[in-house]
Amino acid sequence: MNLQKIILISFGYFDSEFLKKITENIHREFFVNVEIKDGHLDLSDFFEAERGQYNANKLSHFIESHFSKDDSKIIGLFNVDIFIPIFTYIFGQAYLKGRSGIASSFRLSNERYGIEADDDLLLERFSKEIIHELGHTYGLIHCYNSDCIMRSGTYVEDIDQKNSSLCPKCKETLLSI
Amino acid sequence: MSKNISILIVDDEDSVRESLYSWFKEDGYKVECAENAKTALSKLESNSFDIILADVKMPGMDGLEMLRRIKTLKKESIVIVMTAFATVDTAVQALKDGAFDYITKPFDPDDLSHLIRNASKQISLAYENENLKERMVSLENVDYIIGNSEAIRKVLHDVESVAQSNSSVIITGESGTGKELIAKAIHSNSSRRYFPLVSVHCGALTESLLESELFGHEKGAFTGAMYNRKGRFEMADSGTIFLDEIATISPKMQVELLRVLESKIFMRVGGNKEITSDFRVICATNRNLKQMVEEGTFREDLFYRLNVVNIHVPPLRERTGDIPMLTEYFIKKYCISMNKPPIPIDPTALQRLEEFDFPGNIRELENMVERAIVIGNGKKITLRDLPLEKNIISSSVESLDEQEKIHISHILSKYDWNISRTAKALQIDRVTLYNKIKKFNLKASGK
Ligand SMILES: [Zn+2]
Ligand SMILES: [Zn+2]
Repeated sequence: MNLQKIILISFGYFDSEFLKKITENIHREFFVNVEIKDGHLDLSDFFEAERGQYNANKLSHFIESHFSKDDSKIIGLFNVDIFIPIFTYIFGQAYLKGRSGIASSFRLSNERYGIEADDDLLLERFSKEIIHELGHTYGLIHCYNSDCIMRSGTYVEDIDQKNSSLCPKCKETLLSI
Repeated sequence: MSKNISILIVDDEDSVRESLYSWFKEDGYKVECAENAKTALSKLESNSFDIILADVKMPGMDGLEMLRRIKTLKKESIVIVMTAFATVDTAVQALKDGAFDYITKPFDPDDLSHLIRNASKQISLAYENENLKERMVSLENVDYIIGNSEAIRKVLHDVESVAQSNSSVIITGESGTGKELIAKAIHSNSSRRYFPLVSVHCGALTESLLESELFGHEKGAFTGAMYNRKGRFEMADSGTIFLDEIATISPKMQVELLRVLESKIFMRVGGNKEITSDFRVICATNRNLKQMVEEGTFREDLFYRLNVVNIHVPPLRERTGDIPMLTEYFIKKYCISMNKPPIPIDPTALQRLEEFDFPGNIRELENMVERAIVIGNGKKITLRDLPLEKNIISSSVESLDEQEKIHISHILSKYDWNISRTAKALQIDRVTLYNKIKKFNLKASGK
């Protein structure tokens, strides 16, 4: 398996300890170098007042055009409520077999659902979301194995139902890429 | 199943076409787009699509007119109409004109996937009816249930005879026998397989948490809740709910559960809207529920509601013939997950595994194999890598290293050598734990 290296661009929402743990979780899944970089941008350019949310398509496009230099896989990490025009919200998105994607922890934290904060759970959910989007950039599509991290999840509860890793089938597909 | 289903998206807005195109692509569907009705109709002349997702408001011919034309062309076409909020009347008209369903923009991602699953189900059922002779006679997608022993074949036979029905099932068996996999096999061979199998580990949750997990809650039910939270029953709509460790639920939850099973109607915590959900229930337990009923700790009425069919999963010591296949399966699984080619196991080691008692059943075997791959030489699994014998730990401890070794080994055995759970308890990551196991040459003490 010769996967391209991974770069996570953090836009200032996460502390270094949290990011370090995410890096470890991702490394464990793909066995490639995972780097963290700081990104800066004025998010107000991406805010759409009518919906009170941030436009994920514009964010994806920004990441792809400003950070994709070589064949590394890039994921932009945010903590704002993101949407695409056709959906009420998304957790993240990536270009299939592409070079980049984005993920937001906004709707992944317990507090937004009125449940006691749980930092470990947030770390787990966010790691899963990032690994899922990275899977797409490596060319994996959704999987019907209910434990697999590549199973599509539209609710935060769906994310909790799946494991933190690829199922053997997806892993094999990844190895053959 | 999605791989064989094709979808045509008809919408004049680029962003809608692009978003839906990538959404369905990621789901494994064959997708094409058309920016207006005219293009769509000409695509339909040369190709057939299983599902057509069409916007109502388009310049030129609108979605409703297109729907009527498609329906005259091919009556059984599945057309889903997309509308903006203001045009619900149009949606009603669309249904009269034969649309399969309609969905309002912007969609909740979950609503869209539910709708597409409904459509996929209809398509496959129609296909199965057409091909009566090719109907599913044997179990599909059970390749994760490993073994060829008579005991496991009987279980699979039970699965086969109950899968297509809607009956509640209780799966009994010792811990670690793989009851959840049996639930999975039942679900994936039922007509509910297009919808989710939702698991709840009842034993891991307190009463109030379990209530919110099962029924969900409305935003505002608790301070700071910005969004509604779907409960497991709601998530399992049209699918199956799997309640693991059912014997652990409190008397109050037993009453609530019974009520939901009878009515299939419930309310979210803090809500006042009744929610209906059509789910099938599969439970699992390692306890003797009948005895609990006699002792008065488990409600009798609930027991009879759940126990329509009972499938018993035998312990591993009653199917030792499956140990070689299981071992091979786990070696492959863990080698792949650690990014290395599968390694062989020494015949003597395998023989000793076949003789071992395995009180922790398949899970114990799995943990043993995982651990052997971690601590072994990476070329072959030998007897030395397997914790089949008692290991005496020295009691003179002064150095920090020695303390660490004892502590880690203690936590490892507490969690049955489950690497993830141990790492979590120790608050270190799995790689660090692997390294420490290697460094200290840790082995589980024989049980
Ligand atoms: Zn996805
Ligand atoms: Zn998978």
